[in-house]
Amino acid sequence: MADVRMAGEDEQLARAVAAATGRGVIARGLGRSYGDPAQNGGGVVLDMTSRARILSVDVPSGRVLVEAGASLDQLMQQLLPMGLMVPVSPGTRQVTVGGAVAADIHGKNHHVAGSFCDHVESLDLLTADGEVRRVSRESDAQLFWATAGGMGLTGVVLRVVLRMSPVDSAHYVVDTERARDLDDLMARLEADDHRYTHSVAWIDCLAGGRALGRSVITRGRSARVEELPRRLQQAPLSFRPNTRLTVPDVFPPRVLNGLTVRAFNELWFRKAPRRVRRDVQGLSQFFHPLDALRDWNRVYGPRGFVQYQFVVPFGEEQALRTIVRRLSDAGTASFLAVLKRFGSGNEGLLSFPAPGWTLALDIPLAGGLGEFLDDLDRSVLDAGGRLYLAKDSRATARTVHAMYPGAEEFREVRDRVDPNRHFRSDLARRLDL
Amino acid sequence: MMDAVGNVQRVLLLGGTSDIGLAVLRELAGGRPVRAVLAGRPGDRLDAAASDLRAAGHDVTVLPFDAEDVASHPRVIEQAFAHGDVDVAVVAFGVLGDQEQAWQEHRAAVRLAQVNVTAAVSVGVELARHLSAQGRGSVIALSSVAGQRPRRSNFVYGATKSGMDDFFTGLREALRPAGVSVLVVRPGFVRTRMTEGLPAAPLAVDADAVARTVARAWRAGREVVYAPAALRLVMVVLRLLPAPLFRRLPV
Repeated sequence: MADVRMAGEDEQLARAVAAATGRGVIARGLGRSYGDPAQNGGGVVLDMTSRARILSVDVPSGRVLVEAGASLDQLMQQLLPMGLMVPVSPGTRQVTVGGAVAADIHGKNHHVAGSFCDHVESLDLLTADGEVRRVSRESDAQLFWATAGGMGLTGVVLRVVLRMSPVDSAHYVVDTERARDLDDLMARLEADDHRYTHSVAWIDCLAGGRALGRSVITRGRSARVEELPRRLQQAPLSFRPNTRLTVPDVFPPRVLNGLTVRAFNELWFRKAPRRVRRDVQGLSQFFHPLDALRDWNRVYGPRGFVQYQFVVPFGEEQALRTIVRRLSDAGTASFLAVLKRFGSGNEGLLSFPAPGWTLALDIPLAGGLGEFLDDLDRSVLDAGGRLYLAKDSRATARTVHAMYPGAEEFREVRDRVDPNRHFRSDLARRLDL
Repeated sequence: MMDAVGNVQRVLLLGGTSDIGLAVLRELAGGRPVRAVLAGRPGDRLDAAASDLRAAGHDVTVLPFDAEDVASHPRVIEQAFAHGDVDVAVVAFGVLGDQEQAWQEHRAAVRLAQVNVTAAVSVGVELARHLSAQGRGSVIALSSVAGQRPRRSNFVYGATKSGMDDFFTGLREALRPAGVSVLVVRPGFVRTRMTEGLPAAPLAVDADAVARTVARAWRAGREVVYAPAALRLVMVVLRLLPAPLFRRLPV
C-alpha cells in the first residue's frame, strides 16, 4: 500500500518531496506502464494528472509549454486543429507528458524521429532539495539525460517544453503488405523503411514451421490535404476519436487460449491485404487501435498478462530468429507481437531505444512463464540487447545493470541530486537503480 | 512481494536450519538466485545451510538468532530489513521435544511454550511493524495440524501450535489494510530431523513436498494451506468427532 496524493501547486509538491524520507516518493501519470515504476509500497505516490494544463503554444515553431500531467490525447485534441501533432506517439494516447519523458517513449516513427526526449527542449524538474530546476542539454546535460528515460527517479517533472511536429491533416497515408516469414519480413523492412516516416510489423507468433514469423507490415506517413478523400478535405485536421467500448470486467478466464488466439491471428493475417497502397487512415486507427477498446487488458482474464519488449542490435538477426522460434514453440498465446527497426538511440542513460530490432509482446500469465522469460533475458543479453523498463515487471537487478551500462552513471547523478534518495519506487528497489 | 510472474528477491528465514523452512526458501526462489537471510542458532548446521544455498548461487546473509532470547528479537529483525525490502519472511522455528516430558516436567513445558508461542508472537509483532512500513510483503508461518485438535500423544506441542496459529491468523487480518499478506501453513507429519525416530503418521510427506504446496499456495494468494492438501478434509472430520470416539482413533 502507498499513500497516493493528488499533486497540488509547485510549493506543495516541494514540501511533499522534502518530507518524503524513508520509503520516499514517486510521481505517477496515467499508470500505463506495465510494471512497478509508478508504485511505491509504504511510500508516497504523487498523482500528477491534476497538473494537466497546456500553458503556451507557439504555432510557427511548434513549441509548447505543457504541464507534466497532461496526456498525449489532450495535446492531440487541442493542438491538431492548429496543425501540430505530438512528435512521438506510442500505442496509446492515454499517457502523460511526464510519463513520456520518464520512459523516453518511442513510436512507429523512431527510425526517423527518435524518441520522445529528442523533442524535449527543456523541462522543469523538482529535485530532492525542493528546488525547481530548468534542465536542458545546455544547462545540465548529465541531469537531462538521466531524467530522459530515468523512470522518475531524478525528480518530479513539472513542465516540459516540447517541440510538436507540423502536420497538414489528422490522417495518414498507409501501405499494408504481408510478409510470408521472418526473413521475408526483415528483408522488406530493411529495404523500404527509409521511404516511410512510420513503420511497424505485426507478427503471428503462433505460426510455426515455414510460416514462422509471418506478418503484416503497415507503414505510412502524415497525409497532405490533397491526398484525402473529398469529404475529409473540408476539415483535414478534425480529430474525433471513436467512442470507446468498454470490456466488461467479468471476462472469463481462459477465453484467450492457444486455439482462440490462433484463430484470431489467422483471421488477422488473412484479412490483411497482400499489398495495399495509399490507404487513408485516421490518426487513432493508425496509431492507437486499442484505445477504442477501453480496459482491453481485461480480455486476459483475472490472472492478467505480462509485456515483454526487447531490442537486439542490427547484426544479431540470428538471436531474433531464435527468440521468435522459441515463442512459437512455447505456443504462448500472444495477441500482439510487434516488430520494428529502431533508428539511432540518444544519450539517455536508461533510455531504451538503440539501433536494432525491437519486439514487443503480451504473454498471458501461466505457470513456468518466469523461467521462460529469464531464458529469453539471457538470449537478449548475450546478443548485446536490452529490455524496456516501462514494460518490465520481472527482470532482475543483475540482468538490467548488465544491459544498461549507463546505470552506473545514473546512480552517480542520483548521488549528486538526490543523495538521501527521496525518490524511490518499487521498480527502483527491484532493480537497484 | 512477488513480481509479476511470482519471483521473489529477498527471503528471510527465521529458523535458518529448519528442513521445511529451507525447502520453502528453495521453492520460492524457483531456480533464480535470491537474497536469503538465514536467522538461526549459530553452529555447523547453520553454516552448512548457508554454504548449500551459496553453492546454488544465492546471496546469503547469516544472522545469529536465539528464539528463547526474545529481548534480542527486535534487533535481529531490524538487521534483516536493513539492506532492503524483505519480500517474504518465513517463520519456521519450533521444537517438538519429548511429549511425555513436556506435560510432566516444568522446564520442558515452559521451553516448548516459549519457543513455539512466545517467540513466534515476538517475531510476528516485529515482522508486522517492518512489513507494514514497506507497504508490501508476506509472512509464511509454519503452524501444524497438531494445533487443530489436541491429541493425547502430543497435546503440549499441539497447544503451542494452536496458539501461534491463532496469532498469525489474526495478524493476517490486522495486516490486510497495509498490503501485507500472511499465509498460515498446517503440515501433517513431515519426515524431517524434528520427527526422526518417530513412527510416521498417515499421509506423511517430506519437506520438499510441503515446500511445493506452500509455494503454490503463496503464489495463488491463499491464506491457509494444509500439506498435504488432503489433510484439510481429514481435519474437518477430526474436529467434529466427539471425544469418546476421537480417543479411540489410532492417530
